[in-house]
Amino acid sequence: MATTPATTPRRGWRRLPVVHQLRQSVGLQRGMLIAGLVLTGLLVLTALIAPLLAPYGYNQLRDADGPFGAQQPPSAEHWLGTTVGGFDVLSRVIYGSRTALLVMVIAIAASLVIGVLLGLVSGYFGGWLDRVLVVAADAIYAFPSLLLAIVLAIVISGGQSSMWGGVLAAALSITVVFTPQYLRVVRAETIRIKSEAFVESARVIGASNGRIMTKHVLRNATRTLPLIITLNASEAVLTLAGLGFLGFGIEPTKAAEWGYDLNRAIADVTSGIWWTSVFPGVAIVLSVLGITLVGESLNDLADPRLRTRRASADVQGDVAATSVVPGGALTVPGGLEGLEPGTEAAR
Amino acid sequence: MTSTSTTGPLQPTGAADATATGGDATPGRKEPRTRGSGGGLGRYLLVRFLLIIPTVFILVTVVFVLMRATGDPITAAQGGRLPADQLAERIHQAGYDRPILVQYGEYLGNILQGDFGTTLSDSRPVTEVLTTFGSATLELACYALLVAFVVGIPLGLVAAYFRDRTHDALLRVFAIACYATPVFFAGLLLKLVFAVQLDWLPVSGRASTRSEIAMRQLDDPTGIYLIDAIRTGNGEVVSDVLQHAVLPAIALGLLTAGVFLRLVRTNVIGTLGSGYVDAARSRGVRESRLLRKHAYKPALIPIITVVGMQVAMLLVGAVLTETTFEWRGLGFQLSQYLQARDFVAVQGIVVLLAVIVAVTNFLVDVIAALIDPRVRY
Repeated sequence: MATTPATTPRRGWRRLPVVHQLRQSVGLQRGMLIAGLVLTGLLVLTALIAPLLAPYGYNQLRDADGPFGAQQPPSAEHWLGTTVGGFDVLSRVIYGSRTALLVMVIAIAASLVIGVLLGLVSGYFGGWLDRVLVVAADAIYAFPSLLLAIVLAIVISGGQSSMWGGVLAAALSITVVFTPQYLRVVRAETIRIKSEAFVESARVIGASNGRIMTKHVLRNATRTLPLIITLNASEAVLTLAGLGFLGFGIEPTKAAEWGYDLNRAIADVTSGIWWTSVFPGVAIVLSVLGITLVGESLNDLADPRLRTRRASADVQGDVAATSVVPGGALTVPGGLEGLEPGTEAAR
Repeated sequence: MTSTSTTGPLQPTGAADATATGGDATPGRKEPRTRGSGGGLGRYLLVRFLLIIPTVFILVTVVFVLMRATGDPITAAQGGRLPADQLAERIHQAGYDRPILVQYGEYLGNILQGDFGTTLSDSRPVTEVLTTFGSATLELACYALLVAFVVGIPLGLVAAYFRDRTHDALLRVFAIACYATPVFFAGLLLKLVFAVQLDWLPVSGRASTRSEIAMRQLDDPTGIYLIDAIRTGNGEVVSDVLQHAVLPAIALGLLTAGVFLRLVRTNVIGTLGSGYVDAARSRGVRESRLLRKHAYKPALIPIITVVGMQVAMLLVGAVLTETTFEWRGLGFQLSQYLQARDFVAVQGIVVLLAVIVAVTNFLVDVIAALIDPRVRY
């Protein structure tokens, strides 16, 4: 998980994102950040050691004593009961974290690399490429990610449910929707940084464009990335679950997926069977909650208006420049708009 | 696409965009009015309007390329079930064996004429599906927005006023929980508690069969059940329709309510700290009036911008909410077509929804520009 570089000890670790903010935070904000980190850490840990935690396999229907039986209420053998398909709910909830984590990692890695690269090139060189990229980014930006995920699920797996089909559909659709956001913020930062004196100095010394972009611009343009990464991660989990809920997720025999289990539980709810829906749902909520709490705290700590109770009028000049997502992380899609408003319209 | 107004009306307009676009960074409270004059609005609206074209074009192309990259919809729907020669026959009839560019050209031409294709499973034009089921989705979205306003704005004010105290902390956690809970899980929980355990409200659907029949007897039903129910003049029908709407509206509305809550909070905190509020306070204006009149009104402008962005979220949320509650709207229909593997219908509805999102964003930008002069540049 990219949001927990806290665990990688290296020189100057106190300046790392998240660690730095953790030291900077006080009171409620520190509580939120720690709660978020703990929840996210639990998610990652559960995913990593799922086989050790889960009492049964995610697609196991019977053990030595015979079949589990369908829709069994929670008991000593099945702490959280069994599903309509006769699977153990607890095991599927635990294994579900693996699928969720996989989607998050793929989505973040892909959109981070593509978005940052395009943003750097777009902001640094400008010109027609920049304009085309900005218009394209604006177009895709407004596209609801779940709809895109549906389209991609059809493309990737031909509508057949499979493990990689579901995972890639969710991850890639999130990639497509989030790449413009990375592009926007990195592009805006790049444009700001490239007019700084130190970039000019580097150019005078004779540094190549590639070197300036990676050494001087990129290093300084990563300020807002941790927050977008958290948004990216939570959106990935929600899209995967949404896709599964539409019955388009992953077959229960291939992998455990929370959204799909919720879809199967719709009918259960009507007859008062609560354990098949509540537990996978709570797993989704806690995962997204953890990641979002981290993102929220990062955003607040980056925004002097929200960080302290000192008179905000004193810092008004800096507010818009430092606030990563002015309305808070949750106004996305759209929160990032404020960073770099309507460039093409302004021209 | 949108504006600085997301950052709050009384912060310096320039700081963020000036760095990006090299514009004027001078903060000023009255200045923008004079700066923005001189035909700025007309030009802004025109540019903004023209931008819809590439947006829609890109969306349509992306969906077309993706859908056709791996094959044709008939193979996808029937794959394996039909013998190869029959399959080829049907593909030929539908014209899916022609060069992809020809098909793309035809597809674009059809869309320009408002033809989004015909569904495979029940042979209906996609536009007809939209007109039949769109009203249900619209109704649900309106209820949800209402819930979002009623819940989000007052709570946002409270959170801002009690900033960093217990109320605020609880409300912020509530807002984050609203976002973290998928609408379908919220829906299932509400159903479980209020429809099944307590038996206060109906489990699913838009109305009971009796009300449906009563409304069907109207000459020209609008499809918006609340209006139809009122037109029947039967109080029972109205209350039945409203009861069915409560849970879906709350499930979908809370998602947006969380966003509104946070936005109002952030912006009111911003305006409460500004000079003119201090000035009003020193004149002896009461605290409640300060909050309601002085700090609150300018903080509302960003809400308008966000409503536009929420349309995308609401539409997706509606797809999931409708599936949860068997609310027969576009989203429910979309999931039905998905189950039936009718990808022509899916493609049509997806493109249509994308166009709706693009157009709504434009309309919202227009409204934002009319209200807030700084948006016009």
